[in-house]
Amino acid sequence: MTLLPDLALVLLILTAAVWTVAVRDRRDAVIGFIVVGLLLSLAWVRLNAVDVALTEAAIGGGATGLLLLRACARLVPRPAESVLPHPAMWILTGLLCSVIAAGLAAIVVMPVEPPATLAPEAAANMGELGLGNPVTVVLLAYRALDTLLEKVVLVLALIGVWTLTPEQFWGGAPASLRAQQSSGALRLLAQVLPPVGVVIGVYLVWNGADHPGGTFQGGTVLAAMWLLVMMADLREPPEIRLHTLRLLVILGPVVFLVAGFAGFWIANGFLSYPPAFAKPIIVIVEAALALSIAVILGMLVAGPAARAPR
Amino acid sequence: MILVDMFTMAAVGAGMFFFLAGTVGLLRFPDTLSRLHALTKADNLGFGFIVLGLLPQSPDVLSGLKLVVVWLLVQLAAATAGQLIAQFVGLERRRDPAA
Repeated sequence: MTLLPDLALVLLILTAAVWTVAVRDRRDAVIGFIVVGLLLSLAWVRLNAVDVALTEAAIGGGATGLLLLRACARLVPRPAESVLPHPAMWILTGLLCSVIAAGLAAIVVMPVEPPATLAPEAAANMGELGLGNPVTVVLLAYRALDTLLEKVVLVLALIGVWTLTPEQFWGGAPASLRAQQSSGALRLLAQVLPPVGVVIGVYLVWNGADHPGGTFQGGTVLAAMWLLVMMADLREPPEIRLHTLRLLVILGPVVFLVAGFAGFWIANGFLSYPPAFAKPIIVIVEAALALSIAVILGMLVAGPAARAPR
Repeated sequence: MILVDMFTMAAVGAGMFFFLAGTVGLLRFPDTLSRLHALTKADNLGFGFIVLGLLPQSPDVLSGLKLVVVWLLVQLAAATAGQLIAQFVGLERRRDPAA
């Protein structure tokens, strides 16, 4: 009986995934992608990986979906007799994808005995850092370098988007995010929801130390609230030349780097923390990261500048 | 205790019925607006009943309050989404009255 909901979920995910690939219309495919993301997050919940589930729902379903929808809207409509890739290309792509899927499935289904895991050691040293959520411990202590580079990549992505700005608009504001027709309902939502959403975003970051949650999930919720306000036409996207904006974008990685280099003096080396101050340092780094993630995601969705600076 | 469980089952069952009705409406109704009507009405009622049924099962007052907050937020989001879709349909119709 308990297997039944899981089986239904797996079937749903597979159906949605196949539909996403098979459907012809670009926008339909993006919507399918969002649905797959939300269903996947349910699957992660069933696997007891709530941290991953939150990230998948926020980033995989939400932020990426929104970015793709925006990209769809900007693209020129495809002509009816659109160019399809050569059938050989089709088959090759399908084959390669199947090989990757089969390989991954083989690794998961037939694990090496005994499976190599660092989980017990990771759990054993958690107390030293004063954190209760093993995922946060791995992200910000054991594998902090990966997390740091991940955030730097986000900054680079934003720089990449900004470089698409036409010469005459450099420094100006991105195109307005408002809908074609102003909507009283949307405006009401954008006035009522942000206070709640900001609390939830901050809660997710703060809570990430001991429970599922963290910078990425919290930052995405904050970004979503900001985007909602911009879409409801209550605020325009800021000009990209603003120093405050640029400082906020690099704040997270810079704080992370400073904490990392401070490790040479106060602990054992780059990105290591002294046990006594581990938790405060991690919380400060997380707060700065969440703020930067929120600003970067918002500006990524807003896109390159489309108006001359005032 | 049994009475509470029976209440939960009845309320969640009613909620599931409304979800089912909403889904049937979504699949069978002819145009966007009536499909939207079926979906929002039935979903709000269905979800409301499920939350109502789960309330007596929550271990403490705080989790019960969380359920109510979730319900309110879903209501707000669903109502706004419904409005936006309906507005878009209106826009399309004005542009192309034949559709």
